[in-house]
Amino acid sequence: MSGHSNYEPKTGFERWLDVRLPIIRLAYDSAIDFPTPKNLNYWWTFGGILAVCLVVQILTGVVLAMHYVANADLAFNSVEHIMRDVNYGWMIRYIHANGASMFFLAVYVHIGRGLYYGSYKAPREVLWLLGCVIYLLMMATAFMGYVLPWGQMSYYGAVVITSLFGAIPYVGNALTTWLWGGFAVGNDTLNRFFSLHYLMPFMIAGVVGLHVWALHVPGNNNPTGVSVKSKEDTVPFHPYYTVKDGFAILVFMILFAWYVFFAPNALAHPDNYVMANPLKTPAHIVPEWYFLPFYAMLRAVPNKLLGVITMFGAIALLFATPWLDTSKVRSMRYRPVVKWFFFAFILVTLALGWCGSLEPADVVLKLGSLPNGDPTGITVTTFSQFLAVYYYAYFLVVLPLLGITEKPLKVPDNISMPVLKGGSAAIPAGAAAQAEKKG
Amino acid sequence: MSMLRKAPYLGQGKIMLGSWGKAIAALVGVALVCFQGGLALAAGGPAPLLDGHFSFDGPIGKFDQAALQRGYKVYAEVCSACHSMNLLSYRNLAQKDGPFYNPKYPNPNESPYAKAIAASIKVPDIDSDTGDTIQRPATPADHFLSPWKNDAAAAASNGGAIPPDLSVIVKAREGGADYVYSLLQGYDDPPAGLTVPDGKYYNKYFAVDISSFWKGPPNKVPPGGFIAMPFQLLPDRVSFDDGTKATTDQEAHDVATFLAWASDPKQIERKETGIAVMIYLILFAGVVYLSYRRIWRNVAH
Repeated sequence: MSGHSNYEPKTGFERWLDVRLPIIRLAYDSAIDFPTPKNLNYWWTFGGILAVCLVVQILTGVVLAMHYVANADLAFNSVEHIMRDVNYGWMIRYIHANGASMFFLAVYVHIGRGLYYGSYKAPREVLWLLGCVIYLLMMATAFMGYVLPWGQMSYYGAVVITSLFGAIPYVGNALTTWLWGGFAVGNDTLNRFFSLHYLMPFMIAGVVGLHVWALHVPGNNNPTGVSVKSKEDTVPFHPYYTVKDGFAILVFMILFAWYVFFAPNALAHPDNYVMANPLKTPAHIVPEWYFLPFYAMLRAVPNKLLGVITMFGAIALLFATPWLDTSKVRSMRYRPVVKWFFFAFILVTLALGWCGSLEPADVVLKLGSLPNGDPTGITVTTFSQFLAVYYYAYFLVVLPLLGITEKPLKVPDNISMPVLKGGSAAIPAGAAAQAEKKG
Repeated sequence: MSMLRKAPYLGQGKIMLGSWGKAIAALVGVALVCFQGGLALAAGGPAPLLDGHFSFDGPIGKFDQAALQRGYKVYAEVCSACHSMNLLSYRNLAQKDGPFYNPKYPNPNESPYAKAIAASIKVPDIDSDTGDTIQRPATPADHFLSPWKNDAAAAASNGGAIPPDLSVIVKAREGGADYVYSLLQGYDDPPAGLTVPDGKYYNKYFAVDISSFWKGPPNKVPPGGFIAMPFQLLPDRVSFDDGTKATTDQEAHDVATFLAWASDPKQIERKETGIAVMIYLILFAGVVYLSYRRIWRNVAH
């Protein structure tokens, strides 16, 4: 799929440039002419949505950095100064703050789509691994970005997360001091986090380049998971997917704009509008919503080191997924058993997020009560433990085992087949199919 | 939701799909039944907040300027004795959507209202000729005068509890303006059996654990907590220039409106921009959707 180029330089300048730096050829081959499976559904639009999110975050972030002051005494007020005195500063800052949430929302859909349709399987393992690296970089970037406003949650979030490194045997304390740049989270920590928060998006952009490159070698996976067999199976990326992605991006923007303009603080915590005070620990420290499932896993394990391992292991499992899934069938559409475990996995991850937002001792399932009326029963900690076991089992038991024992459904011979043979009952993506009928 | 759609090729696997599907659906069902009662919380906690029904609630709500002016008066005559608002300047009072905005003076620094309010307040400065510390009348560019020289002075005068700065208080509290509105009128008489410590006051909307001060039945701990601020907004504590009767409810409502403005003074501009952005995005998305249907009309997919 890659390699052959249909680009024909039309003007004299294009011909001149093409033999010196074939950059127009590169753009034409990868964004205009690129053969893309014709059956991609809306779950595939999140790649484009994520590209937009990254650009939005970098552009707003660069402007914010012009007005922000990375100093423990001034940072909080400088953020408010941006919101009050900088022209459209409120908009830029709210886009940036909510943009992080939107970025994670999109990346979770994107990862979930890859897990369901087997986009991590051969020959796309490197594409998947690069995606996991991007996700890891995103988490680091978002965490450090959340520290910058220097509110109470910023400060105590930084304290909790950096202290995790203290659990590493022998070098933990030295490592934590090195990360902090001192003996506590303070001005030096804020300064280095600001520096790294500015650096990492450009690292992400670099890995995104590799991710797109790795995509363009084997080409897109598709909802059937069946490889492209002929030209019949594909359409050129432009205009077919520029317009479909464009529509999806705009719908996503409507959700994004709703948060920015009408509920800009709904996804944040009120305590982060209280300036950081190292002497006053908030009653309830919670990370941003997109970290809650991992936070729940961290707290589910009583031992600190094992908790940290459990939390990072949950992400490490994503890296190992291509080699844990033993099934040769890519799309779970044709895997009648595992798909239900996948849906349960999504629910479990959401439930873990819910647990992460509660206090560990809260009772989720009341079985009785103490004399003072406090409920007893299954606590958040116990419930999180059950859920974390399922999360791990999905990768370590379900994917390896079901690949061997499960009897897959009949997989179509090619992408066009379910469209042409199945008639109306077998039209793949609902919305796309309607377009075909009415248009 | 194409992921939930049935696959076009259903073979023998259908039976397996059914049984596994049912098993997992049943587990989810059991879980939902178990948790539908919501979270079982420990006793105590603050009382449910009053709803202020503020004019600025919702996507098209705007500030009531008369309420903002009354609210500023409550702040200036009552709250500002102890609470600073360091992020605000006198010019802010006369900016667009602010309490003393007047379209005749688009530049708030030139607003006679802002100038007059500022001029009535003396702020500390340094004489640039002599280097002496002096007091001079404030200008619209000056920040609100803090009642305290420093945090230590604030703590010393208030039994160790520093009165919080009110610049962003509505954004910094769960419940926002409703919380401020409720808290300021939440000073019920402490229920019998509750020992209120010296220098503290019982408030049913304040979230602090008070179970150790409670002598009554352990499952009937009263809502709320102890706050270092005594009840302030007595009826007629201020006299409103527009003749509005200064009840406790009115004073609390007006000052909550003012503090909501102070916390997020650009919110009207934000929401108005948002309406335009929404209309633009929805129309644009509609046009792109029509192009999408047209471009794809001859592709079987």
